Amino acid sequence: MKHVLFATAAAVAITVALTPTQANAQARDQIRIVGSSTVFPFTTAVAEQFGRAGRFKTPVVESTGTGGGMRIFCAGIGPAHPDVTNASRRMTAAEFDTCQRNGVTDIIEIPIGFDGIVLAVRKGAPNFEVTREQIWKALARQVPVNGQLVNNPYQRWNEIDPRLPNLAIEVIGPPPTSGTRDSFVELVMEAGCRNVPEIRAMQDARARQQACQAIREDGKFVEGGENDNLIVQRVAADRTGALIGVFGYSFLDQNLDKIEGKVIEGVPPTYENIATGKYPVARSMYIYVKRAHVDVIPGLREFMAEYTSERAMGDTGYLPAKGLITHPPQRRQEIRERTMNLTLMQRPS
Amino acid sequence: MSNQPAKDGIPLRSPQDAAGAAAAAVALPREAVDEAVVANRSASRHTTAEAEKRLRRRYAAQRRFKAYGITAIAIAVGALLWLLITLLANGLSAFQQTYIRLEVTLDPALVDPRGDRSEESIRTGDFGGAIRQALRERFPDVVGRERLRNLFGLLSSGAEFDVRDKVLADPSLIGTKQTFWVLASTDVDMLRKGFFERQPDGGAGGRLNAEQVAWFDQLKAAGDLDLRFNKRFFTNADSREPEMVGILGGVVGSFLTLSVCLVLCFPFGVAAAIYLEEFAPKNWFTDLIEVNINNLAAVPSIIFGLLGLAVFLNFFGMPRSAPLVGGIVLALMSLPTIIIASRAALRAVPPSIREAAYGLGASKMQVVLHHVLPLGLPGMMTGSIIAMAQALGETAPLLMIGMVAFIVGIPKGLTDSATVLPVQIFMWADNPERGFVEKTSAAILVLLAFLLTMNAIAIFLRKKFERRW
Repeated sequence: MKHVLFATAAAVAITVALTPTQANAQARDQIRIVGSSTVFPFTTAVAEQFGRAGRFKTPVVESTGTGGGMRIFCAGIGPAHPDVTNASRRMTAAEFDTCQRNGVTDIIEIPIGFDGIVLAVRKGAPNFEVTREQIWKALARQVPVNGQLVNNPYQRWNEIDPRLPNLAIEVIGPPPTSGTRDSFVELVMEAGCRNVPEIRAMQDARARQQACQAIREDGKFVEGGENDNLIVQRVAADRTGALIGVFGYSFLDQNLDKIEGKVIEGVPPTYENIATGKYPVARSMYIYVKRAHVDVIPGLREFMAEYTSERAMGDTGYLPAKGLITHPPQRRQEIRERTMNLTLMQRPS
Repeated sequence: MSNQPAKDGIPLRSPQDAAGAAAAAVALPREAVDEAVVANRSASRHTTAEAEKRLRRRYAAQRRFKAYGITAIAIAVGALLWLLITLLANGLSAFQQTYIRLEVTLDPALVDPRGDRSEESIRTGDFGGAIRQALRERFPDVVGRERLRNLFGLLSSGAEFDVRDKVLADPSLIGTKQTFWVLASTDVDMLRKGFFERQPDGGAGGRLNAEQVAWFDQLKAAGDLDLRFNKRFFTNADSREPEMVGILGGVVGSFLTLSVCLVLCFPFGVAAAIYLEEFAPKNWFTDLIEVNINNLAAVPSIIFGLLGLAVFLNFFGMPRSAPLVGGIVLALMSLPTIIIASRAALRAVPPSIREAAYGLGASKMQVVLHHVLPLGLPGMMTGSIIAMAQALGETAPLLMIGMVAFIVGIPKGLTDSATVLPVQIFMWADNPERGFVEKTSAAILVLLAFLLTMNAIAIFLRKKFERRW
C-alpha cells in the first residue's frame, strides 16, 4: 500500500511538472476561436465544414460571450492566445486600445452578416403590428403620463394606444447578461424613446439614458433565461396568445410552424427585410482575426477564405441555411477581397 | 413493561399497559396491593375521556408526522419520475435516426478518381455526387435547379461518409450497384418522428415545403424511409448537424478529466486525512486547517475555475480546453470532500484495533498502514466515488478554462482539446435546430446512466468491504 501511494504521487508530480513545457514547446496546429454565443452557431458550422475537407484540423470554438472573447483575444500574440474572436457587435475603441497595448496591433475585421432580433407570438395568436415607441411604453420602468415620469401604469396594450387590441402586456426575453438583451435595449428601447417629447426635454444625458434603457420589473417583462429555446417553448405553449417572446432570428427560422414574428413599424421579420436593412431591429456580426497569426497557424488563411466563400455565405450557402442573414452579393464580394488582401481595421471611433 | 411499573408520577404508556400491570400484580400479594392502588389511580388518570382524547391527539400527531414524511418522499419521487419520463419521452427517439434506402451506383469515375482503388483515391472520391445521382434516379421527373436543391435537401450533408466507409472497407464494391441506407437530413428526421406539424399548405415544420413532404410520403410508403439504430450517437463527437452528433467526444473527455482528477485527489486526499486524523497534534493550527477544509467544501465551483484560469493557464501557461487542466481544477474542488469522507472513515475504525496493534508492539506507522488504513479504505473509496460523481456533473469551473467549446475531434490525450458530457448537454440545449432537443435529452439519459453506475459501484464497494463492529 505504501509503495503504491508513493509511486502514484511521484508519477502525478512528474506528469504535472512535464506537461506544460511539452504543450508550449510545440506550435499549435489547430485554429482556436473564442467569443460571442450569437455568432457561435455560424462559426462552428464553418469550422465543421472546414475540418471535413480534411486538409486541416477542425478549429476549436469556445462560447465566451463577445466581451469575454475580446478580453482573451486581446491578451496577446502567440500560440497560447486565440486566433479569432466572434463578436455580435463591433469592437469598441477601448477594446482596440487594449489589443494594441498587448501587442495585437494588426487586426482583420470581417463582417459576416446580420442577426435580427424578433418579437414573436404563438402561431394563430392575435398578431398586431407595433412600433418601437409602443414597445418602449409597454416595457419601460418609467413612462411619461401627463408630462410626468411615473412608474409604468400600463397593463394592457390598448391603454398605450386605443388602436392596439385589448390584450395583457406579457413579454418574455433574455436576462441582462445576454448579448441579445443588450441589442434589444439598444435597438428597440433606446430607439423607441428617442421621439418621446418628455424624454427629449430631459437635460441630463445620463438620466435620459437611464429612462430609455430601464425595463420594468413588475412582472410584465419576464426574464426567460439565456437559453432562447426555452423562450420559444414558452411562447409556443402559451394558451392566451398574449405572450410575446424576444430572441434571435435563427430561432424564429427554425420554429416557423409554432410561432410567428411580429411586424414592427410595418416590416415583418423576414430574411429579405433584415438583409436589406428594412427591418429596424437588426445588428451586425463580425469576426476578428489576428494578422500576425496568418501563415503561422496552419489553415488560418484557408479558414478565412472558407468563411467568406459563396459556398458558406452565398444566398444558397450553408450559413443562410443555419439562419445567418448575409450581406448582399456586391458587399460580400467586397468583404471577400478585403479579407483575402488582409486589409487591417482602423481604430473604431 | 418494566419490572417496576407505574411508580407515582410516572405515567404508563397506554391503557393496555395499565391493564397488564394490574394483571401482573395479582401474582405478587405483597406488592399486589400497592400495584392495584397504583393501577387504580393510573386507571383513573389515564382512562378518563380527557386522557383518551389526549392520547388520540398524540397518536394523530404521530400519524400526521408520518404523513408529512411520506408526502415529502412522494413529492421527491414524483419529481424524479416526472424528470425521467420527460427525458425518456423526449430523448428515446434520439437513439434512432431516419435513413433513406437508395440504389447507389458506385461509378468508378466519381468514387475512385485515380482509378487505383487505393485508400487515398477513395478518400477523395465524390460519394455525395454518387448518392445525389441515386436520388435523382429515384425521382427522375424532378428537374430544375431549385427543385433539385429541395430534393437533395432530404439528405444529410454527412450522408456520404457512411457509404465511403463501406467502400473503404470493401473496395471491390466500386463499379457495382449497391443498396445503401443513407442518412436523411434533420428536417426529414423530425417529420418522421412526428416533431414537425404538417401545415395546411402541405409543408411541415416551416422547414419542408409541400413537394418535399410529398417525396417523404412517397419514400415512406415504399418502405424506403425508415428509422434505424443511431450508432453514430455513440461513435461521433460534436457536430452542427443534429443528425450527425455523438456523445463519444464528451464521454472520452469526461473520462480523461476524471482520471486526472482521481489520480490527483485520491492519494493527496487520503494522505491529508491520515495525517490530520492519526498524526497531527491537536492545536489551533490544525483546527484552523480543519475549518478551512470544511469551508472549501462549500465554495462555489466557479471559484475553482477562476483559480484554474489564473494559476494554471495564465501563470503556468498550460493549454486551454485540455482535460489535464480540467482534471486539476476538478481535483481542487473534490479534494475537501474526499478529505472529509476519508477522515470520517478513519474515525469509524474502533480504538480497540489500534490498541491491540500497539499492544503487540507495532509502531504508530505500522498501526496506521497495516490496520487502520485497510479498514478505513472502503469508506474512503465510497467517498471518492461520490466526489467523482459530483465532479462528473460539473460545468461551471470548466467554462473558465475553455472546456465549454465546440470540438469535433475525439480527444486522444490529456493535452488535446476536449469537452465533457455535461458541457455537451449545455451546448446542445442552446442550439436553434429542433433536432437538438431529443439529442439533449438522450445525452442527459447517458449522463444519468453513468452517475447511476458510479453510485452503484460505491454501494457495492461499501457492501462488500465494509466491516461492522
